[in-house]
Amino acid sequence: MNVPAAWYLVLAAVLFGIGAYGLLTRRSALIMFMCLELMLNAVNLTFVTFSRTLSDIGGQASVFFVMVVAAAEVTVGLGIVVAIFRRRSTTSVDELSEMKG
Amino acid sequence: MIKIPSAHYLAIAPVLIYFGASLALLITSALRRSRLSASAATSLSVLSSVAVIVVAVFEWLYVSRHGASETVAHAIVLDRFGVLATVAVALGTLLTSLVAKDWATRSKILGIENQILILATSAGAIMMAVANDLIVIFLGLEILSIGLYVLVAMDRHRARSAEAALKYFLLGGLAAAIFIYGVAILYGATGTTTISTMSLYFATNYLLHPGLAYLGGALVLIAFAFKVAAVPFHNWAPDVYEGAPTPITGYMAAIVKVGAFLGFIRVILSGLGTNLDTWRPILFALIVLSTVVGAVLGLAQKNVKRLLAYSSINQAGFMLLGLWAGTARGVASTLFFVCTYVPVIIATFAIVGLVSGASDEAHDIDSYRGLGRRQPWLGAALAVLLLSQLGAPFTLGFFAKFSVVASALDASGTTLGLVTMLSAAIAAVFYLRWTQLLFADDKVSQSRVEIPAATGTVIALGVATVLIFGVWPTPIMWLCQHASIAFLP
Repeated sequence: MNVPAAWYLVLAAVLFGIGAYGLLTRRSALIMFMCLELMLNAVNLTFVTFSRTLSDIGGQASVFFVMVVAAAEVTVGLGIVVAIFRRRSTTSVDELSEMKG
Repeated sequence: MIKIPSAHYLAIAPVLIYFGASLALLITSALRRSRLSASAATSLSVLSSVAVIVVAVFEWLYVSRHGASETVAHAIVLDRFGVLATVAVALGTLLTSLVAKDWATRSKILGIENQILILATSAGAIMMAVANDLIVIFLGLEILSIGLYVLVAMDRHRARSAEAALKYFLLGGLAAAIFIYGVAILYGATGTTTISTMSLYFATNYLLHPGLAYLGGALVLIAFAFKVAAVPFHNWAPDVYEGAPTPITGYMAAIVKVGAFLGFIRVILSGLGTNLDTWRPILFALIVLSTVVGAVLGLAQKNVKRLLAYSSINQAGFMLLGLWAGTARGVASTLFFVCTYVPVIIATFAIVGLVSGASDEAHDIDSYRGLGRRQPWLGAALAVLLLSQLGAPFTLGFFAKFSVVASALDASGTTLGLVTMLSAAIAAVFYLRWTQLLFADDKVSQSRVEIPAATGTVIALGVATVLIFGVWPTPIMWLCQHASIAFLP
């Protein structure tokens, strides 16, 4: 069965939307990281789909860059969460309220 | 068979120098048994920044002789615009590495990681400004951002530092995801991620269904607005500015603006430039909201770092004016604004860092009461820097604001000119209140602020730049005009 390219794009858009929604509404830092990953993987799916429809290898090459960046980003993010967890024993962003105004 | 693209090493030399210096520091500090001294690391930072500036001079001369060129499979462009951005970043790095060294000694932050990260981050900022490919801009943006997340979390003695880093990380990650999604969609619409090819595509094709291209462009624009903290994407800025170690706040305010704005200019005016009118309403809204909201919310702030955050939101609105105009004059004036903002804001935060003391906590505006009476030179320096950000005549800030507003008026943006000038008048209230407080009578006697040599040099340099080029801006303006000639509409 041949699935039209548009379906992949819609799927990617939905995944990106779910990721963005989760990032903005969830309160656990770890779940927010997962949402961030979901958004970046939706981008990867978009790149690959367009790469296929355009018969251009550039899109697939871009995916590798996005993957590497996503990995680097999460490494640093988890480091920051560990630093906060040591001090407060929580990963909920609601507890982080030292700054107001 | 994969063809390896040829590289013009002069074009990528600044990035290589910064990465090389950063790696060299990282490896030597890992291999040595004893701790590498902070002064050695700082000297290497200063040396590599000077080397980058020297290379930039050679690049400028090369472009004058041979014209602009693209290299590394069209991913990097060697033109005067990028060269000027390189100089601005190198200058910012030079000043920050000096301020950061004194801060690390004062706040007992051991290790040389801050210098390593500052060097790597600067490489990312330069990469953004010289990139001719959206993927390379993305890489530069992430190198810049990821380094900054760690720098913001650097102060282990303050809980706020790590909190600010998490906030910055989550919103910065969102911005990066939006940016790269926009790039993916633009790639689908045009079949390329190279900016110059994209511009050619838009110039030679009439899009029957432009929706995809518009969506991609809009997402990229939103991501940039996040990065430069333009309203309504500014919420992270005050918290992150407050929580970050003060010298890093100055660095962030300066370098992110250079990298993001110059990358932004290239994408919007060069890549999507043929339909600038499509983007103008969005830019218009961003400018009006940023200038007005930044100025009004700044009035209520008692914490000077938050105040400066709102001030920088206001300034970001001004920087967007030249972009809205979209003319060579507009680009030149935005370039002038961004480049001259670097020494001013870093020197301002250097003074804020000194006043805040070893704990880096005394940011209440009342800590400045009578500073100018106890230490006239320090007080006068801060007053000059604040007046420059206000845009007072005979300071650098005056010409910066004057030229961006003039360029907008040139492009028949009378409303924008009026609104931004009005916001500058509102913003003047908090700058002047702070300046007046500096020379007010202090009821409680506060201790003198120690000025270490390196930070003192940075402050003196910032003030000298403001005053000298404030009355004689011609050389910088000349450079900016020559750098933006490629963007003639």
